[in-house]
Amino acid sequence: MTVLLGVAFTLLTLGSCWGHQPDRLDQEPELAFQPSKYGSLWPLPQKVQISEVSFKLSSSSFRITDAKESAAGPSCSLLQQAYRRYFEYIFGDVKTQNVNKGSRKGPAELLELQVWITSPDSECDGYPTVSSDESYELSVDQPVSVLKAPKVWGALHGLETFSQLVYEDEYGAKSINATSVSDFPRFAHRGILLDSSRHFLPIKVILSNLETMAMHKFNVFHWHIVDDPSFPYLSRTFPDLSRKGAYHPYTHVYTPTDVKMVIEFARLRGIRVVSEFDTPGHTQSWGKGQPDLLTPCYAGSKPSGTFGPVNPILNSTYTFMRQFFKEVSTVFPDAYVHLGGDEVDFTCWKSNPDIQKFMEQQGFGQDYRKLESFYIQKLLDIVTATNKGYIIWQEVFDNGVKLKPDTVVHVWISSSANSEMSNVTASGYTTILSAPWYLDYISTGQDWQKYYKVEPLSFNGTEKQKNLVIGGEACLWGEYVDATNLTPRLWPRASAVAERLWSAKEVTDITDAYSRLSVHRCRLVQRGVPAQPLSPSFCPHEYKGV
Amino acid sequence: MTVLLGFAFTLLTLGSCWGHQPDRLDQEPELAFQPSKYGSLWPLPQKVQISEVSFKLSSSSFRITDAKESGAGPSCSLLQQAYRRYFEYMFGDVKTQKLNKGLRTGPAELLELQVWITSPDSECDGYPTVSSDESYELSVDQPVSVLKAPKVWGALHGLETFSQLVYEDEYGAKSINATSVSDFPRFAHRGILLDSSRHFLPIKVILSNLETMAMHKFNVFHWHIVDDPSFPYLSRTFPDLSRKGAYHPYTHVYTPTDVKMVIEFARLRGIRVVSEFDTPGHTQSWGKGQPDLLTPCYAGSKPSGTFGPVNPILNSTYTFMRQFFKEVSTVFPDAYVHLGGDEVDFTCWKSNPDIQKFMEQQGFGQDYRKLESFYIQKLLDIVTATNKGYIIWQEVFDNGVKLKPDTLIHVWKGNQEKYQSEMANITSAGYQTLLSSPWYLNRISYGQDWPGYYKADPQDFKGTEKQKNLVIGGEACLWGEYVDATNLTPRLWPRASAVAERLWSAKEVTDITDAYSRLSVHRCRLVQRGVPAQPLSPSFCPHEYKGV
Repeated sequence: MTVLLGVAFTLLTLGSCWGHQPDRLDQEPELAFQPSKYGSLWPLPQKVQISEVSFKLSSSSFRITDAKESAAGPSCSLLQQAYRRYFEYIFGDVKTQNVNKGSRKGPAELLELQVWITSPDSECDGYPTVSSDESYELSVDQPVSVLKAPKVWGALHGLETFSQLVYEDEYGAKSINATSVSDFPRFAHRGILLDSSRHFLPIKVILSNLETMAMHKFNVFHWHIVDDPSFPYLSRTFPDLSRKGAYHPYTHVYTPTDVKMVIEFARLRGIRVVSEFDTPGHTQSWGKGQPDLLTPCYAGSKPSGTFGPVNPILNSTYTFMRQFFKEVSTVFPDAYVHLGGDEVDFTCWKSNPDIQKFMEQQGFGQDYRKLESFYIQKLLDIVTATNKGYIIWQEVFDNGVKLKPDTVVHVWISSSANSEMSNVTASGYTTILSAPWYLDYISTGQDWQKYYKVEPLSFNGTEKQKNLVIGGEACLWGEYVDATNLTPRLWPRASAVAERLWSAKEVTDITDAYSRLSVHRCRLVQRGVPAQPLSPSFCPHEYKGV
Repeated sequence: MTVLLGFAFTLLTLGSCWGHQPDRLDQEPELAFQPSKYGSLWPLPQKVQISEVSFKLSSSSFRITDAKESGAGPSCSLLQQAYRRYFEYMFGDVKTQKLNKGLRTGPAELLELQVWITSPDSECDGYPTVSSDESYELSVDQPVSVLKAPKVWGALHGLETFSQLVYEDEYGAKSINATSVSDFPRFAHRGILLDSSRHFLPIKVILSNLETMAMHKFNVFHWHIVDDPSFPYLSRTFPDLSRKGAYHPYTHVYTPTDVKMVIEFARLRGIRVVSEFDTPGHTQSWGKGQPDLLTPCYAGSKPSGTFGPVNPILNSTYTFMRQFFKEVSTVFPDAYVHLGGDEVDFTCWKSNPDIQKFMEQQGFGQDYRKLESFYIQKLLDIVTATNKGYIIWQEVFDNGVKLKPDTLIHVWKGNQEKYQSEMANITSAGYQTLLSSPWYLNRISYGQDWPGYYKADPQDFKGTEKQKNLVIGGEACLWGEYVDATNLTPRLWPRASAVAERLWSAKEVTDITDAYSRLSVHRCRLVQRGVPAQPLSPSFCPHEYKGV
């Protein structure tokens, strides 16, 4: 038997209040708020049973503790920090309360949540990987609740779930119902892409976004760190890259310390940091600090003064890449690096007589895709030598570059996404999907529903092919996004993607999702995240950060 | 001769960096940043001449003072507060500097800006009106610059212009060029509509938006304060309206003190607060605290339990409206109140047998627009009795309601062709009008939509000179379905900035490339002043937004 949770979060939505909309496009039926039997859980766990029995929690007595049997004790600072974080989410900024505990009577009280890491190696000091065990089991009961997880990664997710089960009763008392949860992710790779090249994103923005990602069980921060407009990554080996290629060499760069901080902040939340250094296209900013790296374009028989993609015919290019990616492989601990490879414009290569000569020598004819493949294959060898796996945008696969079998192909072109997913997996490659989740595209109305309804495995293919889909990423490209608008533009739209990638395939009830998401959005606001509204409504605690 | 201003704000925009865009719609040509000869002035003054001669400003010596001859002295707190505000905009949070002033030599220094109110009545303690004189003249010269304005309203605008002329040289020194400006608005009514009913907007959000409006010389805050979803206005006469109709009776209401604060905060910035109490439609939330106000809808022969627009056939309705608008007329000092009147759905009226009977008695036949007119005419009489003018949405005009000659008609419907013919019809009938149709900023799309807002011109319709003169301005509207405190500011600015320039600057100011350059730097200035105005294009600001 289940009960309605979230009394304190009741929303009001009127059917007739969408006024003053000259030519409103009603793509989506209007959703009415009805409390979900799953309260405000987001993303929905794989299995959850909420009973009618409820307990109170008091900030002066409630404790999150390590279970005696746990493989991770007080020395696991990842967990200790998480306990403090979730205590604060649950109780807010608690003023010292002089509660006379002895004299309290009344409803049953939940005193303790024990966290029990069940496998001998908790991975407390490690980094999360694509094959990390993220599962957990949560039993909320009196007087002690237990959160069991093989690794710390599952424990982090379980703490988030526990915090989402806490609600305020009608008198404002923190309450939780007896509940049992058994949970694990549907997909292993659940990511958010941010673009720090088109607009520089201050470290504070990146960190607070990681915080919000953890509230959604996202586990990959895809850091599209450099691109044409600017090169904010401060390379120790090639400091001129950011000195000359960043918007500003001091105020608009990520120092090694910054990068370390991002990686550790993410690790403490179970999030991988996958860096992208996109070549051979999207590299205008690289050329400013690394002479001869880019191809000189020609106008007729003379260099025009502009530059195209990375110059693939010079040995110096590969010497540079070898050193550069050696650095990248030590700076970023993740087992994967994203190598880009998208949207290579052949115009400049075609204009350059040295390139033309090289094409002839190599017998490439007029097929510049062969030249692109030539470059990429050399690059893949370089990166392979650093013991990293790689992710590449779909064009690299489309253009027939020879790939290692464990390459991850990232599908982003929306017009052909389904057939692309079929082709990539039929060739035996693992893949991640972003095509339907380009959140930089905005429109009036509730577009989260569109993101929510995507089914990543809806393409034609065998069971084996489907198993090659390891997840997806919501992308927020940076043309029109910076510190001023990133958070409300991303959240709660990306929340829809979070549930699609975590929860069971069958979780598709849009009305139930709307109800949970509405309350979840208010919880984000209460935690200080300016997540924008879904519809006319209110939160008990409106955003205060303006 | 003019020079390039705004060194400290240089932007970088690459033509080829719009990557990874599967089906990007290139509605607009890409705009390249080239420093404007008008620096970062926004909106562009009517006349401006910037010379090459530049002066330095030091936070320890520069002063804004009242001219001896000024009609407003130290007792005019509106101006004194504005001096402090603009000093802070120009110099930021200045740490105490111990400059050994005696030792300084070098470039010429500007020591003083004198503000001279030239008319005997400065209007310092008054409220701005639709006919306020907002003009000013600014002469930036050494050692003393002079800002002359007939009234305080022009002085406020002149201070903003002065602050926009200040830039940092390559060493970070505050600098300004010798400049002369002569300025006045093209349109008298330049507004922003915010909707505090679909989402409650905390007072802080409203105040900071007024602050940003002042940076754009906007002079009307159209407060769409109540609507179907909630009734946050706390009425002294009818406290049940918000007690029962607000999202929450304490945390989601505007108390009389709140409203007063908004009005005074706006007044100090030369901004009128025009409240809208929209009837007879858009009133679901009114019905909760005022029984019998709304029409009971019928399903067949029985009341369905739902309610429609205000019930126009009961005397109690008009008794209520008389008392309610009497209160409104005293709470809001502005000479106008916006009465709404849009989107009246006749379904419920049609279902109600009492209404049907009334229609027969009045000889309205089946024309429910006549019933609407019946209601509106009675309402207009009520409001007229409070000595207020009124603004109404275009439907009231379209439906043939008899209007007073000084009624202001607010055009919001339709595409360009439709709103232009509406403007022509309204003005040929002799009414004054306001335009909002092209400026519904709640509608969002991918890319740079500001050029579309920038290009719309309120006088661009077929009509005589006399008709054109009946257009008194326009408003950018940010309806609240998808907007609350979390996203209001970046969604509104700098998109509304485009509307600000269209309504203030001369008709001929239409160079989109020049606008792009000035607006890019202006947007960075907003960010530096703490306003999270979103970016126009891939670019950077020397000081990125720090408020996250």
